[in-house]
Amino acid sequence: MDTTLKVEDLHKRFGAVEVLKGVSLEARTGDVIAMIGSSGSGKSTLLRCINLLEIPNSGRVTVNGELIRMKPLPDGTAKPEDMKQVERIRSKLAMVFQSFNLWSHRTILENVIEAPIHVLGVPRKEAIERAEALLAKVGIAEKRNFYPNHLSGGQQQRAAIARALAMEPSVLLFDEPTSALDPELVGEVLQVMRKLAEEGRTMLVVTHEMGFARDVASEIVFLHKGQIEEKGAPREVLSAPKSERLKQFLSSTRH
Amino acid sequence: MDQASLFSLLSFGPDGWGMRFVEGLVVTVEVSVSAYAVSLILGLIGASAKLSSSKIARGIADVYTTLVRALPELLLLLLIYFSGADAIKFVLSLISEDFEDFEVDPFAAAVAALGFIGGAYMTEVMRGAILSIPNGQIEAAKASGMSRFLTLRRVILPQMLRYALPGMGNLWLSATKDSSLISVLGNTQDLLFMGYRASAVTKHYGFFYSVAAILFLAITVISMIVIRLLEARLNRGYK
Ligand SMILES: Nc1ncnc2c1ncn2[C@@H]1O[C@H](COP(=O)(O)OP(=O)(O)OP(=O)(O)O)[C@@H](O)[C@H]1O
Ligand SMILES: [Mg+2]
Repeated sequence: MDTTLKVEDLHKRFGAVEVLKGVSLEARTGDVIAMIGSSGSGKSTLLRCINLLEIPNSGRVTVNGELIRMKPLPDGTAKPEDMKQVERIRSKLAMVFQSFNLWSHRTILENVIEAPIHVLGVPRKEAIERAEALLAKVGIAEKRNFYPNHLSGGQQQRAAIARALAMEPSVLLFDEPTSALDPELVGEVLQVMRKLAEEGRTMLVVTHEMGFARDVASEIVFLHKGQIEEKGAPREVLSAPKSERLKQFLSSTRH
Repeated sequence: MDQASLFSLLSFGPDGWGMRFVEGLVVTVEVSVSAYAVSLILGLIGASAKLSSSKIARGIADVYTTLVRALPELLLLLLIYFSGADAIKFVLSLISEDFEDFEVDPFAAAVAALGFIGGAYMTEVMRGAILSIPNGQIEAAKASGMSRFLTLRRVILPQMLRYALPGMGNLWLSATKDSSLISVLGNTQDLLFMGYRASAVTKHYGFFYSVAAILFLAITVISMIVIRLLEARLNRGYK
């Protein structure tokens, strides 16, 4: 199968602190990679380096076979060679944030059609039709004309997922999509994500939901202090962890 | 003089001051609107400069806002009006002798001066408003492939407007009042200038200054209604 997303030897420093110490990762089409790890291990930073919300110091990110071209700078940082390329690749990497980040001055429908119309150039009418289908799919069709602040957290996150899907992305990046939700709302969002996984979407999901990781992921990656400490099939990683740190992490999350 | 004849002084006929006051009102509104437009542009540039990563841009913007806030507005107006006009004339005379007789249009000069002053306050209002926009929403725009310009136009500006509106409304009210400063320049016939002229000619100082005051008040009341409506519209989705 094709490799959709490839990350090679990614390094990221904030000042003197090295947060990512050479991370490599590969997602083939249809893979669902669950990334776990304790707080501060660099999970968010890794996701944000993939779509260049943070600029990695070094390393290579390839999406659909296209390498994001970077230019190293004398001070040890780097910068993208071509912002147009970055913008094009970002539109193929949809991101779902922990805090939803819907645009609060636009209705749910407007949130979903915004980037398809203005970034991809989809005709308005077509964008609306597609958006309505997506909102129905995530179960909030009747909220289309509401503003984000008038929705529950679970509904907002489902709207954010619809917004991500509207870009017809190659990869969906999720950064703890259920961590900001009240416990009773977590299920509705996980259910939507399960559905996406079953459809064969390529997903990279940072999560603390071990049940989701076990049932849905094709691979689990355990990040520790900016390095991949262990990875493998969910059953093996979760029931027979090899690394001491993963064992500790799992026992601390399982109670 | 009885009341009836006092008001006859305000008639729109050839002997009345009514038409002159209408003209003054128009000039005041024109100057205010134009100066405000200039201050919006300068404010946007100033706020972008203050938030930019360039030290030089931040430095220039800081000097600008500090200077304007430190000096009395009337002094600034006179400084910009007279030395600004001289500077332009001087530059033009260097370019070509054809500009020898060039005169700076007093209206344009007054607008530029008032706009320059308002722009400094606008810079602070807009800077604060941009900082109030949740950063996550800007990241969401970037993450969906929007360019910087598109992010500015579709996410930052519309949201900034909501946060900036109270401050921008206050600055508009100041702009209408500050526009009266130009009456000291002597060749722009705004509302205050008309009040002064009518008072001086008729010696009915209290009456004609009150007329000017009432017209200023009318501008303010109408403005406040419009601002209230705008606020309601921009706050959809937040309350
Ligand atoms: N913009 C930044 N500037 C400086 N340090 C940062 C920045 N962003 C993250 N860090 C640091 O990098 C480290 C990794 O952060 P990151 O957010 O990637 O962790 P995480 O694994 O996502 O944690 P969590 O589970 O709490 O979300 C942390 O020590 C954090 O303090
Ligand atoms: Mg995180």
